Amino acid sequence: MEIDPFIFRLSIFILSIFVGYYVVWSVTPSLHTPLMSVTNAISSVIIVGAIIASLSGKDEAVFTSSSLFGFFAIILAAVNIFGGFLVTQRMLAMYKKKKKDK
Amino acid sequence: MSANLSAILYLISGVLFILALRGLSSPETSRQGNLFGIIGMIIAVSVTFLSVGNFSSGFIYVLIFLALGGSIGAFIAYRIPMTAMPELVAGFHSLVGLAAVFVAISAFINPEAFNLGTPGNIKLASLIEMAIGAAVGAITFSGSVIAFLKLQGLMSGAPITFKGQHFLNALILISIFVLTFYLCTTQSSKLFWILIAISFLIGFLIIIPIGGADMPVVISMLNSYSGWAAAGIGFTLENTALIITGALVGSSGAILSYIMCKGMNRSFFSVILGGFGGTEQSTTNKNKEQRPVKSGNADDAAFLMKNASSVIIVPGYGMAVAQAQHALREMVDTLKKNGIKVSYAIHPVAGRMPGHMNVLLAEANVPYDEVFELEEINNDFANADVAFVIGANDVTNPVAKTDPQSPIYGMPVLDVEKCKSVLFVKRSLSPGYAGIDNDLFYKENTLMLFADAKKMTEDITKNL
Repeated sequence: MEIDPFIFRLSIFILSIFVGYYVVWSVTPSLHTPLMSVTNAISSVIIVGAIIASLSGKDEAVFTSSSLFGFFAIILAAVNIFGGFLVTQRMLAMYKKKKKDK
Repeated sequence: MSANLSAILYLISGVLFILALRGLSSPETSRQGNLFGIIGMIIAVSVTFLSVGNFSSGFIYVLIFLALGGSIGAFIAYRIPMTAMPELVAGFHSLVGLAAVFVAISAFINPEAFNLGTPGNIKLASLIEMAIGAAVGAITFSGSVIAFLKLQGLMSGAPITFKGQHFLNALILISIFVLTFYLCTTQSSKLFWILIAISFLIGFLIIIPIGGADMPVVISMLNSYSGWAAAGIGFTLENTALIITGALVGSSGAILSYIMCKGMNRSFFSVILGGFGGTEQSTTNKNKEQRPVKSGNADDAAFLMKNASSVIIVPGYGMAVAQAQHALREMVDTLKKNGIKVSYAIHPVAGRMPGHMNVLLAEANVPYDEVFELEEINNDFANADVAFVIGANDVTNPVAKTDPQSPIYGMPVLDVEKCKSVLFVKRSLSPGYAGIDNDLFYKENTLMLFADAKKMTEDITKNL
């Protein structure tokens, strides 16, 4: 009997939850704010769905009702991707160790 | 591009996202981690372009909208002050949620583009996944908008409750399940729209009764929701990168909510059911008689600290409001020049989001190895000479250890009162978020410094 591909995706999903669980527990509490902003940025990988949706139109009709939603979603996700990664970068750049000049 | 190749590349970008989170285990590796995240995102986006393979005029528009959103995002990222991080994160969550809703709508209208069947005849599994993605996305959106408004102060932080609230919420939740069921059997687009509409409504309703004090939990919880929404869409699109990311973000947000709840000794359900921090304060305040407090000025504080050999700083959200972090760092620099050992103690729920205080101190150039978490430093208070509490309140309240009647009883607190002397910078004797009086104010060894945190810190530095 063949296994439904859905089961494979479900396996990936469940295992990723466990990976996430252990990885996030090892994040140092002082970096919890950057953790939130970076998870924000990576969850915007939803942009792949938005791109597929917005490229569904034909050449003569780029903007269909379905592609329009895709274009809106692209703007939203792009704000998040750029904003999320850059603000994380900005925060992480501020974390400095004590200077050992004493 | 072949489907197998793109699936492998999506998997790689998923792994890079895992590494991005893994990097945050220490500040040294964190910057590299962020870079992995960026590379993962670039791979995911490029693979999508290549596998769709449509480089006609639509592609140009995609790039234009991408650039438009990207520049808005970059602009915000560079301009936002660090004190406003909670609002920013709440705002970003709402965007992920709304994007998920839009992608789900688009897939519902035009399932052929996603290989999900034809309109009115969408594969059952896809339809369920789509409905989940859209519903969770909508809840994330409206919930985050409310959280944003509350954090921004555009809406009162006080919990909004009304009679029959829980009943109404339960009713809506049940109807979401019922609608999803009928949507699957009828494929009716009308039901799909109603489902999205009531999901927006429930997101709004579950956040309004949650008070300002619980905002760290709310933000983490919405972080988690945004992940589950992404995962739901990931199943619809059969996209591994999205499924992995959704699971990562979902569990990350869930863990953060758990840590925040533990930091306040509140159960997750009592936070969700709401109503904390608004109603009780009027009754508790009346029962308290006026008690004497010792108050001092910058001169007294400087004298105490000059004669100390170790000082522990306890910052809280009040420090952020007064923008006193830079002045505080200068004061600490002066102390250190005098050979005084200084460290910082941070409570898990200090600030308005997980880790908020650490970012603010880092911004003020405080080295991160001088900043300690509650468990690491709590025993040191007994050996320290001076505790300098600036902008924190409830997290230092000894009542949490002594009075079982107190609403914060059992909450882990910093043992500030064990210090030889306590300097408490505060504008007035008003209670904190939890709405209860702080016993620390009236202790023998406490000196209250009634002033604006920034001004007081500057004055102390001058007197040192």
